[in-house]
Amino acid sequence: MAYSNKVIDHYENPRNVGSLDKADESVGTGLVGAPACGDVMKLQIKVDKDGIIQDAKFKTFGCGSAIASSSLATEWIKGMSIDEAETIKNTHIATELSLPPVKIHCSVLAEDAIKAAISDYKAKRKV
Amino acid sequence: MEKKKFINNNIKIPVYLDYQATTPMDKRVLEAMIPYFTEKFGNPHSRSHSYGWESEEAVETARQQVASLINANPKEIIFTSGATESNNMAIKGAAHFYKDKKKHIITCVTEHKCVLDACRHLEQEGFEVTYLPVKKNGLIDIENLKKAIRPETLLVSIMAVNNEIGVIQPIAEIGKLCRENGVFFHTDAAQAFGKIPLDVEAMNIDLMSISGHKIYGPKGVGALFVRRRPRVRLEPIINGGGQERGFRSGTLPTPLVVGLGKAAEIAGKEMKSENERLRGYFNKFYREVVEGIPDVFLNGDKENRIPSNINASFAYIEGESMIMAIRDLAVSSGSACTSASLEPSYVLRALGLTDDLAHTSIRFGFGRFTTEEEIDFAIKTVKENVNRLREMSPLWEMVQEGIDITKIEWKGH
Repeated sequence: MAYSNKVIDHYENPRNVGSLDKADESVGTGLVGAPACGDVMKLQIKVDKDGIIQDAKFKTFGCGSAIASSSLATEWIKGMSIDEAETIKNTHIATELSLPPVKIHCSVLAEDAIKAAISDYKAKRKV
Repeated sequence: MEKKKFINNNIKIPVYLDYQATTPMDKRVLEAMIPYFTEKFGNPHSRSHSYGWESEEAVETARQQVASLINANPKEIIFTSGATESNNMAIKGAAHFYKDKKKHIITCVTEHKCVLDACRHLEQEGFEVTYLPVKKNGLIDIENLKKAIRPETLLVSIMAVNNEIGVIQPIAEIGKLCRENGVFFHTDAAQAFGKIPLDVEAMNIDLMSISGHKIYGPKGVGALFVRRRPRVRLEPIINGGGQERGFRSGTLPTPLVVGLGKAAEIAGKEMKSENERLRGYFNKFYREVVEGIPDVFLNGDKENRIPSNINASFAYIEGESMIMAIRDLAVSSGSACTSASLEPSYVLRALGLTDDLAHTSIRFGFGRFTTEEEIDFAIKTVKENVNRLREMSPLWEMVQEGIDITKIEWKGH
C-alpha cells in the first residue's frame, strides 16, 4: 500500500494516543465503527467551561490510514471550540493525508468520531 | 524518522516470510536453465535438426523429473504456464469433454480463486457445482463428500495444501472415495508439490496441478498431470499445433520447463531434510508467538499442515496496521484492508472465524532460504509490535476492563 508520508508519519508517531476518564463530566467519548468491518475508533475530548477542547485522545483498531485519520483529528481539534470542531469534514482529513479512494471511509469514521464525542459531551452537560 | 536498528549482517531487511506467495529461484535451477536461453535455443518441436533435438531432450528430462516426484509416467505430464492454467485446463477441460454424460462437480469453499472462478464459469454454462464447507480446522469432512457424490458427478476438485492456512487435505481418502464411485479426482497441488510426498497411484489422483515458482523454480511455468489409465480426457483450452498430446498447443518454453524439472529434482532430494528444518522453525515460532503472546490463535489444523506456514490471528490488532508495524518482515494478511475488496479472507471466514478475527490475521511463510536467525528476528519483531499496537487498540482496552466486546451493538459502516 503506497501511503503518503503524512499517513506514515502519523502511523509511526501517533499523536495523543491514550484515554481520558470517561466518567469525568467534562469528557466526551465517541466510539464508532465495528470490529467486523476492521475499524473501531475511540476519540475523547476534554472541554473547558468556555467550550474549548483542552485535550483530545484516541485509540484505534484499524489500518494505517484509520490510525492516521484519528491521530490527525485529535491534533486538529485540540484548542478548537466544540462548534469549530463540529465543522471538520472527512474531506479535510482525506485531503490533508492524501488518502487513496479505497481509504476514504477511514476519514469518514474520524469525522463521525469527533461528532460522537461532542454529542456525548453535550448529552452529559445537557448543552 | 526511520529508526536504524542493529541487525546482524546475515539478515537482509525486510526478511522474506511470504514463501506461499512465491519463492526465490534456487541458483542451481537458474544454472540449469541458462544454456537454453542462448546456445541451446532450439524449438523442442523441431524434428529436422540437432537444435530441436537437444531442446526436446531437455524437455523430456524435465518431464521425467516432474513425473518421478509424484510417481507418474512422464507421458502423463503436460507443461503449462502455471497452476492457474492447469486448474482451468483440468476443470473446464474435463467438464467440456464429458458434458453430455455428467454435469456435476464438487469442490470446496477454501479452494484457490482460480478453481472457484473456473467453477463459477461452468455454473453459468449450466453445470452444477457443490461447494463443500470445511471444519474449523480447515479440512473437509469426508462424510460430507461421500454424501455429495451423485451418479452424475463428474469431478471432485480438492486442493492438497491450502495456500492461506497451509493445511493438508485428506488426499488419499478423497482419492479412494472418488475411485470407488467412478468420479475423477483433481487436486490443485501448487502448494504441495515438492513440499509433501505425493503419489498419484497410491492416492488415486487423476489430475494434478503443479506450479514452478512455489518450489524455487521459475515463474510462468507449471504442469498438469493427466492420468492415462484409466484415461482422463480433456477438451483443450488452447488450440493449435497439437503439442503436449494435443492438450496444450504452443511452443514449450524450454528454459522454464528445464527449470521446473530441476526444481522438482532438488525438491525430491531435499524434501525430508528441508521439512525437518522447517518443522523446527514452526515449533519455535508457534511456541514463542502463538503460545507466548496472549490472544493469538493459529488458523487451520495444527497437525495436518505443512511446517512452512503459520497463519495466526492477533486479536484486537487490525492486520494491515500490523503489517505496517512489522515492515521489517515481508508477510501477508487475510485482512480486507490489504486488498481492494474490503472483504476479509473468504478462507478464514470459511473456518468460522468471525470477521473481527479474520481482520487480524497474518500469514508467515518460511522456506528453503529462511535462517534460524531470521526466525529469531521475526519473533522479536512481532512481540515488540503486538504490545505497542494493543496499547493503541480500543478493543484491547475494553477487554482489559472486562467488557465483552461481542455483546456491544456495533454500528457497521
